[in-house]
Amino acid sequence: MGTLYLAGQYLRFHFWRSLVLVLAIALILTVPVAIHLLLGASERQLTARAEATPLLIGARGSTLDLVMNSLYFTEDRPPPASIAASDAVWDSGLATAIPLYVRFQAQGAPIVGTTLDYFDFRGLTIAEGRGLTLLGDAVIGAEVARRFALEPGDSIVSSPENLFDLAGVYPLKMPVAGVLAPTGTPDDKAIFVDIKTTWVIQGIGHGHDEPLTAAAEGQEGAVLAETPENVVAGAALVTFNEITQENIDSFHFHGDPESYPVSAVLAAPPDVRSGVILRGRYLEPDQPLQIVVPEDVVNGLLADIFQVRRVLDVVVLTIAIAAILAVALAFFLALQLRRSEIETIFKLGCRRATIARLVTAEVVIILGISMIVAGLTTLMIGRGTEDAALWLLSTQG
Amino acid sequence: MIALREVSFAYPGGAFRLSVPALDVAAGERVAVVGPSGSGKTTLLNLVAGILVPASGSVRVGEAEVSALGDAARRAFRIQKIGFVFQDFGLIDYLSARDNVLHPYRITDALTLDADTRARAEALAEKAGIADKLARRPKALSQGEKQRVAICRALLTRPSLVLADEATGNLDPDTKGAILDLLFERAAAEKATVLAVTHDHELLPRFDRVIDFRDFRQKAA
Repeated sequence: MGTLYLAGQYLRFHFWRSLVLVLAIALILTVPVAIHLLLGASERQLTARAEATPLLIGARGSTLDLVMNSLYFTEDRPPPASIAASDAVWDSGLATAIPLYVRFQAQGAPIVGTTLDYFDFRGLTIAEGRGLTLLGDAVIGAEVARRFALEPGDSIVSSPENLFDLAGVYPLKMPVAGVLAPTGTPDDKAIFVDIKTTWVIQGIGHGHDEPLTAAAEGQEGAVLAETPENVVAGAALVTFNEITQENIDSFHFHGDPESYPVSAVLAAPPDVRSGVILRGRYLEPDQPLQIVVPEDVVNGLLADIFQVRRVLDVVVLTIAIAAILAVALAFFLALQLRRSEIETIFKLGCRRATIARLVTAEVVIILGISMIVAGLTTLMIGRGTEDAALWLLSTQG
Repeated sequence: MIALREVSFAYPGGAFRLSVPALDVAAGERVAVVGPSGSGKTTLLNLVAGILVPASGSVRVGEAEVSALGDAARRAFRIQKIGFVFQDFGLIDYLSARDNVLHPYRITDALTLDADTRARAEALAEKAGIADKLARRPKALSQGEKQRVAICRALLTRPSLVLADEATGNLDPDTKGAILDLLFERAAAEKATVLAVTHDHELLPRFDRVIDFRDFRQKAA
């Protein structure tokens, strides 16, 4: 019997209506699965990165901001600590200390100021070019290189923090020294520079002509005042916005070197005992610094996500039921519109069961195609969930 | 061919009652049923087809006593032995003319759609003058062409009886005669009896016999 044929002809005749139904049902099937895949990938990303980061030291404040900023380079800004925190860890001999300063961006990509130890610690390898050698050098993640079509020899310019801050520092043009091999982690989306370079971006360090020489060469306003002990340079004195072989010697830093800012210190103790001792040093409530185990913070976050997921499941289920009812209504209304057709075939001698079979065949075809569409969509989403989760984690905040 | 005896029928809760003491139609006869609207002409066709079951009396078509058959048997009888031609053509809008002609074979297990049936459908369409229109959907056909498709559908199953309910009611005067001639010609070729309800008195001379339905209708008290 040709009920499948008739159902196929009906659906083909009402192509757009059928398509809308297929897409609606496919969405009903895909959305909950996609959400679960995305949340699962986010959990994996969070857990993996946290497990690979033993301890983080930072100024007291939100532990979540500290972890997210240090692990995912998000825009959550924990209160700054000083580089002295890193020196203290080194001096203790209890862990390798890797300072991180994640505050600035270049074209939306986070600039991560750190030391060469970070690359060893994360197992990052250079795919093209070389590593960080000079002040001002940048080594970029694989995704940054792909997104901005950058390669060694190109340059990238730091973005000003506030366009309307007239007293702010000039953007720094940084040569791309190397490109990292892809890792599937937030490191792919970051621009790595020496931590001193981030201090230059912040304006703590800078380079310019020698004021008296500039004044002697006719640069008006280069020197505002001159005493035997001191020279006061004017705003007219040109500050270099790029560190080159020629001007690198003119770069210098102002203020107490121990007070230069970091956003966190990544501490990697050689054994559990050293880690426990190190953690003990930050237990005092009046201690300005805190030490966190990223895994604990992430587990707390995951517990919250689990609660949200349960609420989300209820919401998705409710929406799915509403959508299913709407689809059922669409089928019912279509059946009402086909009353004369049904009456005709009933008169011709068709059994009621055949009419039911005809409608069932249509529903089965629609459901079948929807499931195929949903399956393919889910497969595609499944392939991109790790990237999507990474993007979600890197852009939150 | 058709024999009704002491048939009585009333719609539930309705004021209408049909009583047919006796009605006979011989095999191969072409009979017109006339009468005012609401006199029960279509009800008669539905009783003969087994769509409706009389409250009392018997309806016999050929060897089968339709009024005594169960629901499933009446459906099987209907699709195998009776061809229908409706005033509104009863074509399925999403099927081509060819699929409409073949439609009875796709809605029942009692008929088998094979190559021979397909060939007969093409031959019927050829004789009905719509062979070049078979790929079109009903919307792309004229009223006359639609009724030709409906006649092909009615006769493809080789029915012994064709029931036509105002089959020319929606056609223009020039087409009416041609369509009725086609119906009679094809029915004769298939040796089928024709029982047709019509309001069109101009067409009555083409029939072998005319039954005036006013004789059967009774108002409820």
